[in-house]
Amino acid sequence: MVEFFAERFNYAVVIILMMTGLYVVFSSSNLVKKLVGLSVFQTSVFLLYISVGKVAGGRPPIVEPPHHGEGEAVTGAAAATAEAGHGAETEALVGAEPSHGAEAAHGADAAHGLAPTAPAPAPAGFGGDIPAPDHMTPDGVLDAVYSNPLPHVLILTAIVVGVATLAVGLALVVRIRETYGGIEEDELHQGDLGAERA
Amino acid sequence: MTPEIAFLPGWLVQHAPPLLVVTPLIAGVIAAVLPSARASWGIVLAITFFAAAMASFIAMQVMEVGVWSYALGSWAPPLGIEYRIDGLNAGMLLLVAVIGFLCAIYAPASVEAEVAPENRSAFYGAFLICFAGLLGVAITGDAFNVFVFLEISSISTYALVAMGAGRDRRALTASYNYLIMGTIGATFFVIGVGFLYMATGTLNMADIADRLQGLEGDRTVQAGFAFIVVGLGLKLAMYPLHSWLPNAYSYAPTLVTAFLAATATKVAFYTLIRFVFGVFDPGFGFAGLSMIWLIAPLAAAGMVVASFQAVFQSDVRRLFAYSSVAQVGYMLLGVGLGTAAGMSASFLHLFNHALMKGTVFLALGAMWLGFGVTRITDLRGMGRTMPYTSAAFVIGGLSLVGVPGTAGFVSKWALLVACLDRGWWWAVLALGAASVLAFFYVGRVLEMMYLREPPQHDGHAVTRSPAPLAALAPMWILAAANLVFGIWADIPVRLANAAAAAVLGSAP
Amino acid sequence: MGWTPELGLVLTLVLPLVGALGILALAGKPNLREGATLAAAIALLANVIPLVIMVGDGARPELMITEIAPGLDLTLRLEPLGALFAVTASALWILNSLFAIGYMRGNAEHNQTRFYFFLAVAISATMGVAVSGNMLTLFVFYEALTLSTYPLVSHKGDENARRGARIYLMILLITSLALLLPAVVGTYAVAGSTEFVQGGLLAGAGVGGATIGILLVLYAFGAAKAALMPVHSWLPNAMVAPTPVSAFLHAVAVVKAGVFTMLKVVVYLFGPSIVSGHPAANAIAMVAAVSIVLASVIALTKNNLKARLAFSTVSQLSYVTLGAMLATPAALAGAAFQIVMHAFAKITLFMCAGAFYTATHYNDVSDTRGFGRKMPFLFGAFFVAALSITGLPPVGGMWAKLFLSAGAAEAGAWWALLALILSSLLNVGYLIVIPVRAFFASGEKAAASTATAPPLTILPPVLTATIALVLFFLAGPIYDYVAPVFGGVE
Repeated sequence: MVEFFAERFNYAVVIILMMTGLYVVFSSSNLVKKLVGLSVFQTSVFLLYISVGKVAGGRPPIVEPPHHGEGEAVTGAAAATAEAGHGAETEALVGAEPSHGAEAAHGADAAHGLAPTAPAPAPAGFGGDIPAPDHMTPDGVLDAVYSNPLPHVLILTAIVVGVATLAVGLALVVRIRETYGGIEEDELHQGDLGAERA
Repeated sequence: MTPEIAFLPGWLVQHAPPLLVVTPLIAGVIAAVLPSARASWGIVLAITFFAAAMASFIAMQVMEVGVWSYALGSWAPPLGIEYRIDGLNAGMLLLVAVIGFLCAIYAPASVEAEVAPENRSAFYGAFLICFAGLLGVAITGDAFNVFVFLEISSISTYALVAMGAGRDRRALTASYNYLIMGTIGATFFVIGVGFLYMATGTLNMADIADRLQGLEGDRTVQAGFAFIVVGLGLKLAMYPLHSWLPNAYSYAPTLVTAFLAATATKVAFYTLIRFVFGVFDPGFGFAGLSMIWLIAPLAAAGMVVASFQAVFQSDVRRLFAYSSVAQVGYMLLGVGLGTAAGMSASFLHLFNHALMKGTVFLALGAMWLGFGVTRITDLRGMGRTMPYTSAAFVIGGLSLVGVPGTAGFVSKWALLVACLDRGWWWAVLALGAASVLAFFYVGRVLEMMYLREPPQHDGHAVTRSPAPLAALAPMWILAAANLVFGIWADIPVRLANAAAAAVLGSAP
Repeated sequence: MGWTPELGLVLTLVLPLVGALGILALAGKPNLREGATLAAAIALLANVIPLVIMVGDGARPELMITEIAPGLDLTLRLEPLGALFAVTASALWILNSLFAIGYMRGNAEHNQTRFYFFLAVAISATMGVAVSGNMLTLFVFYEALTLSTYPLVSHKGDENARRGARIYLMILLITSLALLLPAVVGTYAVAGSTEFVQGGLLAGAGVGGATIGILLVLYAFGAAKAALMPVHSWLPNAMVAPTPVSAFLHAVAVVKAGVFTMLKVVVYLFGPSIVSGHPAANAIAMVAAVSIVLASVIALTKNNLKARLAFSTVSQLSYVTLGAMLATPAALAGAAFQIVMHAFAKITLFMCAGAFYTATHYNDVSDTRGFGRKMPFLFGAFFVAALSITGLPPVGGMWAKLFLSAGAAEAGAWWALLALILSSLLNVGYLIVIPVRAFFASGEKAAASTATAPPLTILPPVLTATIALVLFFLAGPIYDYVAPVFGGVE
């Protein structure tokens, strides 16, 4: 029983945050607090994506270019995909078999606005103080476990959208304050009714 | 596939899909910072015209050649983001672009009266960004991209609605409520997309559709379906998730109301169709059940209840806002039927409703400009004081009721036939009831306009004061389209059938 | 270019519209404007007559106007019933217009241009109903008729008129949207089209009895212009209109369009073979029989002349519905006869009422006592028309009632026979008494009055009454004309 929840505590957190956020949105009469609730709600979604997309023991998905050609690593990694990688759904987060291959990360990266981690020739300084890892051979690339950057990218986008929404929302609250003189929903409603009767 | 056309430069032809979306986006930013509102409007006009031309071109290509798949940045799908135009969204793009252009013609008359001078450039900028967002939703083939564009269009919409505060300060609270509900809806949608990604590992809609085969029993998939339907339902004002719409439509600037009524809910509806039928398989048990037990009954309820509420409104734009909710119900009913005939009827109604509501709201806007009309009683005698506007309004109104000879009749007929084919008599009853109610609420307004005397000022009757040509032209184009497509409905019917075929044919 | 039957079909629709435009253009010159109406009316009749003759010889001219969508087309096709309706309507337009000129000028009514304009448009819609080739086309023109007569009913513009017109529009539109349209769509869904087919479209389609029943009921109450109780109340409410409009509505166009729809639906959509004996048809026939008697009883209680005539119309219209639902050859022939005979009779009655009002400004039946000596032609015409309604020789109405009774007997519907007999008795009570008392009783108002009705309001009713008399002798040819539609009777 405890194990059941321990394995899924991320979902519990997500649900708690989501419900809290929604509750605040619906029950609060202060406009700013509603926005706060909205943000909490959106944050829960971010956590959902991220926690689910966690690859245990995953390395950053940056491939050192092998000595021959830059395009290799990309195509190599791309060739290694094609399997439908499942997020760490019902499997426990910790102790999951690291059987998730490198996801279709690179192409998606480019698509989702992140600078393509094109395996440009490594700057001279990089890797100088770090010994060349074992996995940086063409075969080694496939053996290693990479973190999935796609959920992170999605969440970054979603965060940006959330920030924009929050900004517009707060701007509206400021204007409402200027026009109505208050930001409590009841006051606003009274004000409108009064204006209508006038 | 890269089609060739002789007189257009090759790069334009080849990259038409992204250009359609990117140009309004960039132009919007430029328009927002220009000091001169007139210049901003000029940009809006030029860009919407360009978009309309591009959309027609794309639509023609798709009709002739077939699905057009464009890989952004040359990253091939399903890894890269794909813009994918088929029979279903070609028509949507065309609709949004043309309505945008017509609204752009109408814009100055409305904007100069309702928006404060210092905000006008920003208004036009936001309009273009919203326009870009809507086009983006319609054109993209990537599920998360849909979310991004949906939010682009929604956020700019919140700003546009709020600009009605110059006229009525309730626009601010209306926009705020719309923001809250719209964000919740979009977030639900993105949760759903997340579940789909968890189950299939891809975000490309066509790819998801392939990978969902055999996953019918998967709870993740079912949860994703639920979240997506609810999220999009909020955006398209499906009853009972519609409560943001009446206020938003009533208090926004008239141009915004007309534009939104004709495009925003339609695009959300398109997205719902795309997901329910193009991504999920309607053959899935839970999908089919949800059609019959959720979407169809809610659609019927929305039709009747919203029409009923419309009858009792005293603010004329609110009345037609409720009417829009009812019309969304009509469209959803066709979808809920689950047959090709029902789907085709839905699309036909989608198209016709854009024409009808566009006419009505543009006409109401002109009446507001002329005489400050907000309540129904303000409309008395309008038939005499603004004859051309009123005539256009009458056509739109009759189309809403479904009088033969108008486009509304054709789509209503198609819906009725589709319901009878399926054997759903209760749906026929609901449609009948909604039509009767529509007759009531439109009749009230028409009676006020034509059978009452215009108000007197200082003992003299108010004189005739037709609307400016820039306002009349788009209104009358839409009204004429109502009549034309009511008598020669061949083209819309063919488009609707193609859309239905694209949707149902694509489901494996 | 020469006149072809197809052109003739189009002209039946277009000529009244051209007249309407002429009326608008000549708004400032009343005499010329009235001339436009009359010219259009005469041209229409001249156009309809050759069509009628052709149809009598067996031709069925046809023309497709447009195809809205695959399977949905607007088509015109003329057959004997439609031809009969068309010639009745166009002949009566001429006479009604003459009367209208006299009435409108005699009462110095306002907004005359608007009146004549919408009258012309409504005639165009009526012609459309008469010549439609399928139910969809008929429905389109049916709705157009409702919409174009609305301004006529609300003509007076006062609160009363607006209220009456609102009820008129409401009942007609609600029934057509909620009942008639689903019926048309249902026909389409079941049979694949809405074409009018000799012998019945649905007869050939092998449709189940329950579906037929439902559709029949939807049509019967959806075509509210046929004034079957309880969807009849638009008719008495439409009395707020000026009398030429009432005459037009209740004799020429609107009500006739309603019962004509009923007849066409039974004969060409369902087919007499299916309808005759069907339980739903019998039920509707019983409702019609009740309508006949009940409306007559209500008419007895009305003192307002136009109200009395309105309920008389409700009763007489249900004759047609009764005949249509009984669906034996004789009953159907009787129904067709009733359409024509009642048109001429009722318009006479209304025109007399209008003439009386114009002369004396009296509205009530009780005011007519003793006026017979002062207005002999008026009440003479009234008497002839009342005879027709009652079904007595030597007026045309007798044949309608005769055939209907024969049809009722054929169908074994003794209750229908009873209703017809009762109705005749009641007709004497509420209709014939009027001219009788006018001539043979004495009234103070009559004695005191020196009023004379304008000649233009007297001449038309006298003409229509004369035609009603003439029609008595034309029963044979008329019967031969419509016989191919139903199949013969003894």
